[in-house]
Amino acid sequence: MSAPFRLPGRGLVDRGTELEFRFDGRSYTGHPGDTLASALLANGVHRVATGIEYGRPRGIVSAGVEEPSALVQIEAPFPEPMLQATTVELYSGLVARGLAGRGRLAPGPDPARYDAVHAHCDLLVVGAGPAGLTAALAGARDGQRVVLLDDQPQPGGSLLGSAETVDGRPGPEWAAGAAAELAGHPDVRVLGRTTAFGCYDDGFVLALERRTDHLGAAAPAGMSRQRVWRLRAGRIVLATGAHERPLVFADNDRPGIMLAGAARTYLHRYGVLAGRQVVVCTTDDSAYRAAVDLADAGATVAAVVDARPRVPEAWAEECARRGIEVRAGEVVTGTSGSERITRAHTVPYAGGQLNGLRRGIDCDLLLVSGGWNPVAHLYSHARGALRYDPARGAFLPDGELPGIRVAGSARGCVTLAECLADGARTVGQLPPPATEPVPEPTPGLVLWSVPDPSEQDGGAPRPRFVDLQRDATVADVLRATGAGLRSVEHVKRYTTIGTAHDQGRTSGVIASGIVAEALGVDIAALGTTTFRPPYTPVSFAALAGRDRGALFDPVRVTPLHGWHTAHGAEFENVGQWKRPRYYPLAGESMEAAVLRECRAARGSVALMDGSTLGKINVQGPDAGELLDRVYTNLMSTLKPGSARYGVMCGVDGMVLDDGTVIRVAEQEFLLTTTTGNAATVLDWMEEWLQTEWPDLRVTLTSVTDHWVTVPLVGPASRAVLAAVAPDLDVSNAAFPFMTWRDATVAGVPARICRISFSGELAYEVNVRGWEGLRVWEALLAAGEPYGITPYGTETMHVLRAEKGYPIIGQDTDGTVTPQDLGLGWAVSKKKPDFLGKRSFTRAENLRTDRKQLVGLLPEDPDLLLPEGAQLISGATLPAPPVPMHGHVTSSYRSAALGRTFALALVKAGRECIGDTIHVPLEDGVHPVLITDPVLYDKEGARRDG
Amino acid sequence: MQLIPCPWCGPREEAEYHYGGQAHIAYPEDPQGLTDEQWAQYVFFRDNPKGPFAERWLHNAGCRRWFNAVRDTATHRLLAVYRSGEPRPEVSSR
Repeated sequence: MSAPFRLPGRGLVDRGTELEFRFDGRSYTGHPGDTLASALLANGVHRVATGIEYGRPRGIVSAGVEEPSALVQIEAPFPEPMLQATTVELYSGLVARGLAGRGRLAPGPDPARYDAVHAHCDLLVVGAGPAGLTAALAGARDGQRVVLLDDQPQPGGSLLGSAETVDGRPGPEWAAGAAAELAGHPDVRVLGRTTAFGCYDDGFVLALERRTDHLGAAAPAGMSRQRVWRLRAGRIVLATGAHERPLVFADNDRPGIMLAGAARTYLHRYGVLAGRQVVVCTTDDSAYRAAVDLADAGATVAAVVDARPRVPEAWAEECARRGIEVRAGEVVTGTSGSERITRAHTVPYAGGQLNGLRRGIDCDLLLVSGGWNPVAHLYSHARGALRYDPARGAFLPDGELPGIRVAGSARGCVTLAECLADGARTVGQLPPPATEPVPEPTPGLVLWSVPDPSEQDGGAPRPRFVDLQRDATVADVLRATGAGLRSVEHVKRYTTIGTAHDQGRTSGVIASGIVAEALGVDIAALGTTTFRPPYTPVSFAALAGRDRGALFDPVRVTPLHGWHTAHGAEFENVGQWKRPRYYPLAGESMEAAVLRECRAARGSVALMDGSTLGKINVQGPDAGELLDRVYTNLMSTLKPGSARYGVMCGVDGMVLDDGTVIRVAEQEFLLTTTTGNAATVLDWMEEWLQTEWPDLRVTLTSVTDHWVTVPLVGPASRAVLAAVAPDLDVSNAAFPFMTWRDATVAGVPARICRISFSGELAYEVNVRGWEGLRVWEALLAAGEPYGITPYGTETMHVLRAEKGYPIIGQDTDGTVTPQDLGLGWAVSKKKPDFLGKRSFTRAENLRTDRKQLVGLLPEDPDLLLPEGAQLISGATLPAPPVPMHGHVTSSYRSAALGRTFALALVKAGRECIGDTIHVPLEDGVHPVLITDPVLYDKEGARRDG
Repeated sequence: MQLIPCPWCGPREEAEYHYGGQAHIAYPEDPQGLTDEQWAQYVFFRDNPKGPFAERWLHNAGCRRWFNAVRDTATHRLLAVYRSGEPRPEVSSR
């Protein structure tokens, strides 16, 4: 079946190949090189979509990204919502349907891959039209590294939709030659199907390359569908062209009403005649070219209706030669037709007034042109200013931005010759290619909206659409200004004009013009709404690239991770680390597993993977001095072979982190940090070393990943350690609490610290990472007679909470001092100064009603308080505002206590030990007893055993 | 994405850097000798000018060194960078 509106011998599409596609349930054919829009027009399909608000038929207005109307949903091969029919390249098997505004997201995951590329260049040229090509050629011949981007599959820009020649060759042929020359330069990259969508500081541009969208189901599986180019350019030339402005008149939304330039593009680029009976309505010269070209292609052009009182003579002659009637001082005021325009109504127009009788002209295509808007979006992204040009009725790039030039019609050049010369001039010396002479231009007329004659005659007003996608009309704009809105930004949000997928490319400036007229202000002062990235819609999938799923964030695992997985551990995320949370037996709940693990640790022996603990090696003659300054307690007096618990505070006196410090040698310490705080602590110490104490001779090295660290916990831990470290004297006298020893464990060198985060007799076995699994398995084997049990972070939390040991970041929140935590014993009285010391005596920090860490025992021993629960004084919940006395920071079931318990920060908490406080929950207010935070083995006899 | 010229590494993308607040705020010689208000001025109070502002930056994802910069807070343009310990250069806002 041949497409009835495809003209023989015209267009750049590949006539030799037919592509079958379906639209709104019917089958059609098109050719490679078509867009969905051009293929539909070739088949005589003008009605493509439906207005979102009023359900009116809508057609194809443009031939590019400015399309405000023809939105489609792709159904196959992969569902994709809300694409412009004018930007969807046709492929075989495409199934699409027209939309009434809203699309539908694909229900399944997107199987395609997306990627990102980084590139640098001396010169980035955006747009491969006439100006962009000469700019890129000038740069390339100068030996510069050039990247040339264009959103179309082939270079040429406006040349593709024109019959004009360059250097005596058809425009597309010249463009192809220029691109071929560019491709021959070793340092030039030409990217088609690539849209620059954001222009930022210092030559940074983001662009989206569509690599396989045009292939449909034939897309290669291994190739990314789209990728984002992150380009850094020494200089940028924006040759982004111009978009034609429609005219606003009554019933200006019917299918078959099209921008004049778009009809030329359909004719020359796609070989498609958009209509056979044509009326042209214009305010400037460019639409005459469309009238002449379409007439030459066989269409009947009934009339060119020109709002200007004086029409361009040369063009009038060209029209006369073709029998086209030119009507000066006349405008289209309305249209007829249901699914497609059948008639245009014209009225004489002078001095801003309709003035005369209405006439009707039968047509199936009404071409409109209200002038041209330079595409200044990227220039605006980079904070470039725009100025209003009253002669063009357009906002043009103004002033200069460092490293950015605008060239061609994007800065207001009108003729092809101007554009070619302008592009070359922005970069260097290049004689511009030759073009045909063009008639002397006649000034355009700025016409924001054509009055509605039925309104003037007192009849029912007809809608005059400003934003077709939002179904917003002149009446909506006037309602906004009538409601007192004075800023175009406010009118935009009130009317939603310019907020659709096209971001007001055809409607924004017109809306500004109508607002200016309504308010009687100068549009130059009123301005236009702000252009923001992205220039065209970019999918989240493209922005995410490969940073999704498992690659979204790096995952850190310890050398024992494989063992944990093989033994059924449930994991929790701690920062980027995966840590075993508990090890359930078959069918065992988390609660049961944790109680079992706790019993093993307190009753016999248990072990965990503590490798994620942050570790920082501190070396140098002044290592002790540095630690004295950053810890609240004295570290320089620590003896090699000993360990000490330490607290770090900010200068505000609030706890930053805690951990143990061991002295490895006279000039070497190793400190541990909370798992999630390792980087913070390293950064903190580095900052002070570099900025305040550069005289200290100390270096800091993160060694977290060097070690596998295994706490071996419980009354039987000594026997297990003795079994794997036969040369080590593990007696209490030889290896007391808070000391460390180097020993051979399971045949490998190990450092063993006798420290305890559980309150039990415990040893922390540290070995080199690659020997971790061997030692872990040796400990398990040696512990087997004692029922050794691996435990996870949940049991670790319970054990430490039973002992009242806080976890920084869980029981603290940046407003808690060591004294609040009951750690005053770890704050040196001897040191003249350390970070945070001065703040401890601030009035605020001496208040007696500060929140302090206490234990809580719910009266109901089975009630597990939610962490974060608020604490109130009375047994009934008073009317708001409810005075809050504190909150629960940690809450668990305890095997050792045979009940639930919690830790909390409570105002003047230590004074209130023994009091009852209340927790309001959904099912009522629950009494809880305030206790000392240490609920198990207060004397520490087990730890010291 | 701005380019920030690290005085050690040269221009790098701003995502590699970490902001460190006002520069040239020295840790007091004798904190214990200060009144609560003087200490609070050091801990909590910083200038917030419109225009050139000397501040600290850390090349966090690069050389991990702290350095100083003069930035125009009105335009977000970096007017000068200099190494820790060097005096603040004389710059005028552009």
